[in-house]
Amino acid sequence: MEETGIGIWGVPLAILAGAIRVSTPFIFVSLGETITERSGRINLGLEGTLVFGAMTAYAVAVMTNSPWLGVLAAMAMGAVFGLVHGWICKWPKVNDIAIGIAMMQFGLGLAFFLGKPFIQPAAPHLPAIPLGFWSSMPQIQAALNVNVLFLLGAALAFVLWWAFKNTRIGLILRVVGDSTDAARAMGVNPDRVRLLATAVGGSLAAIGGAYLSLYYPGSWNEGISSGQGLMAVALVIFARWNPIGCFLAALLFGGAGALGPALQSVGVTQGYYLFYAAPYVLTLVIMIATSSPTRSLAGAPGALSLTK
Amino acid sequence: MTVQANDPAISVASGKPTSLRPLLEWTARRAEPIVIGLVAILIGLGLFSLFILAIGRSPAMLFQLMDTGGFGSWFSVQNSLSRAAPLLLTALCVALPARLGLVIIGGEGAVVLGGVAAAAMAMPLVGTAPALPVLVLMAIAAMVIGGAWIGLAGFLRHYRGVNETISSLLLSYIAIALMNQFVEGPLRDPASLNKPSTEPLPADYMLGNIPGMDVHWGLVIGILACIVSWILIEMTSYGFAARVAGGNVRAAQIQGLPVGRLIAGFTAIAGSFAGLAGMVEVSAVQGSANASLAAGYGYTGILVAFLARHNPLAIIPVAILLGGIDASGGLIQRRMGLPDATVLVLQGTLFIVILFCETFYGRFKVFNPDLWKRSL
Repeated sequence: MEETGIGIWGVPLAILAGAIRVSTPFIFVSLGETITERSGRINLGLEGTLVFGAMTAYAVAVMTNSPWLGVLAAMAMGAVFGLVHGWICKWPKVNDIAIGIAMMQFGLGLAFFLGKPFIQPAAPHLPAIPLGFWSSMPQIQAALNVNVLFLLGAALAFVLWWAFKNTRIGLILRVVGDSTDAARAMGVNPDRVRLLATAVGGSLAAIGGAYLSLYYPGSWNEGISSGQGLMAVALVIFARWNPIGCFLAALLFGGAGALGPALQSVGVTQGYYLFYAAPYVLTLVIMIATSSPTRSLAGAPGALSLTK
Repeated sequence: MTVQANDPAISVASGKPTSLRPLLEWTARRAEPIVIGLVAILIGLGLFSLFILAIGRSPAMLFQLMDTGGFGSWFSVQNSLSRAAPLLLTALCVALPARLGLVIIGGEGAVVLGGVAAAAMAMPLVGTAPALPVLVLMAIAAMVIGGAWIGLAGFLRHYRGVNETISSLLLSYIAIALMNQFVEGPLRDPASLNKPSTEPLPADYMLGNIPGMDVHWGLVIGILACIVSWILIEMTSYGFAARVAGGNVRAAQIQGLPVGRLIAGFTAIAGSFAGLAGMVEVSAVQGSANASLAAGYGYTGILVAFLARHNPLAIIPVAILLGGIDASGGLIQRRMGLPDATVLVLQGTLFIVILFCETFYGRFKVFNPDLWKRSL
């Protein structure tokens, strides 16, 4: 193999690179949504939270010249969005799915409104770690130039997976998610747990947004998210509310999304736009294959309105 | 004579029959959604005013501009009505399945595919057939594909247990990818360079304006669709069956209602309306199918449907109101130097407050005649 042209091997490599680059926002949003849904509530507003997080992170990074302060500010705003969603949904007769759609519209509107002045200036980017240093091939080096947030997201997935099983907080969350009555019997206030779980979910989704504006594609504009926040909701079902499943599903999504550009780079141009649909088709097919009209999905929290 | 407390036609206070009582009850029951809705809108506008104050602008000026831009002149009213037309149809795409307890959020996909289907149908016929039959065929093509698209979500819901909210959303993204493929590929007009489009419709094949107005026929189509939907839901046994199934699926099944066919049928009708919105966009506004079809009508339609509490007749004023808010965006941008997203912030605020106010339904005694006897 020559060192410059790696020919057809460029396709899997580009898919791997794409998976690592594109999956990070999916990892964070889906982990956040997993925490929220495990508590028995669904937040469809994470698309708005993600975009508002992207705007906040970019604006704060521009003003303070520190991308990490930007990430922290985004997390704070994401938590605020989650608290608003959680507080509204604790009232009787309020539909959490509809409130999510409303919060999405509000978050997008507010982000576009407040973010107008930040379309021009350049923010400092988040750092990447060159994990491909061992290779002399520039393609591999580029593919393995991994952002810190990706590694944090991967670590978080494993921590959450462990925490759901082995910690008191994880147990409380699962009980609240499975049965409001059981939670009350344990002396746990389900509304408060759901409020906090939605806030944590929001702050994680905002990290996903910060990654978009501060690393890849690395600028703030109104089209920065192409539905990553909404897709994460499907992804959580796809991953069966399992954090490690979320991580793997996010990688799969990222890889499927990179399929089109990767094939185009080696000269396959037929059906280019259809490849963009690959992650969505994949999710739909798996949902059809694994759903059943007579029982709820395996692993679904019992109190979740979505799977009833 | 003893007081019969359970007879609504007898006033408990005086013990005498009253003819006013039924009228009062009727008014009270119908006043509830209107009063709560209006209060919710006022609270929403109040919160939005605080936001505008917080960024150092005058809410009074903004609302005045909004009124002028949306409804201040015949010109702006016509502009608002034109913008309401697609919203009427996409709101129905949410409201009809909602009667069955389904939350469909993927209307955008049906709009986009409806537009592409209409354009594809027109391409070979333009020039060989007269305009009206071509327009009818375009509408049918758009309704069939839109109906199939959202009907698929309903079908999967009932027969495979796939959540319709998520599947319709996925289908919507798939539809947009399909549109891009068609518009960039087999249906592309080679003359469209920067913005890939299908071949433009000749002017005499366009859906024209309503005589005497600067509003295209899409408005009439949308209003008719709302009326037909209202009749379907309120006056037919299908609508009744749908409402029963929406209330309690088990009860409906025990009654022997064909729940599966109802769900598939209602989602298909809903989708065909959204598809029709795409056809209207192509034949009355854009003149061709292109990426502008995915302009978010599907998502604003969700807002309209929820604000109208899924009542097809209430959709008409709400869609016109939101069309007006939308139409005033440009004026606000020019006069106050605010971003066009101002309108989005207002819509989001209103949406959240109105949904939150759902919690007040049934809480106030004044709206519930069943509770009157005990207190009067």
